[in-house]
Amino acid sequence: MDRQFAQRRRRDLVVAAGLIVLAALAPLLVKDVYVQNIMVLTLMYAALSQSWNILSGYCGQISLGHALYFGLGAYTTALLFTRFGVLPWFGMFGGGVISALIAMALGYPCFRLRGHYFVIATIVIAEIALLLFQNWTFAGAALGIDIPVRHDSWLTFQFTRSKLPYFYFALALVAVAWFVTWWLEDSKWGFWWRAVKDNPEAAESLGVVVFDSKMGAAAVSAFLVAVGGSFYAQFVSYIDPESVMGFQFSLLMALPAVVGGIGTLWGPALGAVILIPLTELTRSYIGGSGRGVDLIVYGSLIVLISLARPQGLVGLFARRNKASAR
Amino acid sequence: MLTAETIIQSLASGLLMGLLYGLIAVGLALIFGLMDVVNFAHGEFLMIAMYATFFLFAFFALDPLLSAPLVAAALFVFGAAVYLLIVRFAVRAKANAGMVQIFSTFGLAIVMRGLAQFFFTPDYRSVTHSWLGGKTVSVAGVFLPEPQLMGAAVALAAFGGLYVFINRTDFGRALEATREDAGAVALVGIDKNRVFALGWGLGAALVGLAGAIMAMFFYIYPDVGASFALIAYVTVALGGFGSVFGAFAGGIIVGLVEAVTALVLPPSLKSVGIYAVYLLVVFIRPRGLFGSM
Repeated sequence: MDRQFAQRRRRDLVVAAGLIVLAALAPLLVKDVYVQNIMVLTLMYAALSQSWNILSGYCGQISLGHALYFGLGAYTTALLFTRFGVLPWFGMFGGGVISALIAMALGYPCFRLRGHYFVIATIVIAEIALLLFQNWTFAGAALGIDIPVRHDSWLTFQFTRSKLPYFYFALALVAVAWFVTWWLEDSKWGFWWRAVKDNPEAAESLGVVVFDSKMGAAAVSAFLVAVGGSFYAQFVSYIDPESVMGFQFSLLMALPAVVGGIGTLWGPALGAVILIPLTELTRSYIGGSGRGVDLIVYGSLIVLISLARPQGLVGLFARRNKASAR
Repeated sequence: MLTAETIIQSLASGLLMGLLYGLIAVGLALIFGLMDVVNFAHGEFLMIAMYATFFLFAFFALDPLLSAPLVAAALFVFGAAVYLLIVRFAVRAKANAGMVQIFSTFGLAIVMRGLAQFFFTPDYRSVTHSWLGGKTVSVAGVFLPEPQLMGAAVALAAFGGLYVFINRTDFGRALEATREDAGAVALVGIDKNRVFALGWGLGAALVGLAGAIMAMFFYIYPDVGASFALIAYVTVALGGFGSVFGAFAGGIIVGLVEAVTALVLPPSLKSVGIYAVYLLVVFIRPRGLFGSM
């Protein structure tokens, strides 16, 4: 059993490396800017969902308020850059640290809550932050922040001529989020989280420090999501509270994991690869903005998958692998 | 300027709104109490009830007060259908049970919003004239809008009716028995699925009633459910999930807190008060005000 697990982990690592190389070569074939844009968004949501999965999937604390950390990352970067001229890289790191600290500060009272009380608390907290940002004049209030272009360079992390640098950064972010998950899966934390998710009382009695392990998951998850948010701010170069802290982001982070498989290593990335292109394509080809076809397709898929395959689509691949190994 | 009059005025309208919040939330509480499921499409139930009221007005010139029973009946059928077609399967999930319940109803909410955008367009609609719309009565210098007064009256009547219904009728007793122990009721010959379906129907009918009333004084658009849904979750959680009386009390608290917040903070921040009170309550009592500990 143990050897099988170690074998599976080695294989995961090789497959991941292969996929990253393949993805890195993809822009050589795809020159269309519209498609490249979808690829960047897909990678970003894969990374966000992978990070969300650490707290909500592995540790079982379903957060529907992660837009808070996404928004904090975006705002820290944009505010530092536009108001104080601090390079986005520092903003990115700072936003991550701030988010991790806030996640722990909020976790302190929230992790005593169970089930729906916890879920609703996460929604409500993100909603309060959204309202505060909408009324915070220094941060541009409801109008938001327009990030001016200084140089087209990696130093300022701004690129107007090509989407490729954003693509490679997003790819790196997915790789990091995936690798962190992979590494944590086999660490003490990974085992603790699964124990906490399955049965917190039993875990506690066996010496798992339930509270600390939830705090750890929250901090890692929030840090990575904030980095994603600060990436997004640079990518779209204009942010306002609704567009980076709105509830839809909390949902969009969760859904790829739901589709691919909650609490699994590959689920979030698989879900993002299915969901994001599907939404973007229905939006531009069938729907037209505002007609809602994208929502209908998207929502139906969520209902169908959560009813027909509650463990996510990732299980389909595992079964085929097992069958072919025999 | 904070004068005694403005304070009384806003407390009075807060109370009226609070009763309506209670009516919006009680269906959610009923369903949760029955089977431990939170319907995350509750706001969208409200949205279609408002649209139904609007279209009855637009095509048949039916006043919202007359269409309210029709809308409630339609929502009853819709709620029971949602249980039979989706929720019945969601509660059977072997893996990730909690997630499946949350995301299957969330998915439904997204679909309903998409369908509303597709068929009704994102335009804002309103019931432009109704018997009570725009009228106010003045009681001892306090102005009360008649639609809201009617809403409060309907809410009180609905809570009264629900109380009698749960305690005095066979179906009400079956409902109570099923929420106590769903396994045991099967032994005495009660079909659990039937009770759950009727419970969903009843919960949806109650929010349908609320939607018909709200159509008198709120704009109607595909996303209208979202903000009221969050208030409904907070209301239900404040009261302690599943307690019908808790939803009633929770609604009144939420209405009053919102009114007071609007007095001291800018109007755009009025919901912050409600959310803060929710957090405060659950941090002190993790199962709400009236939930069993």
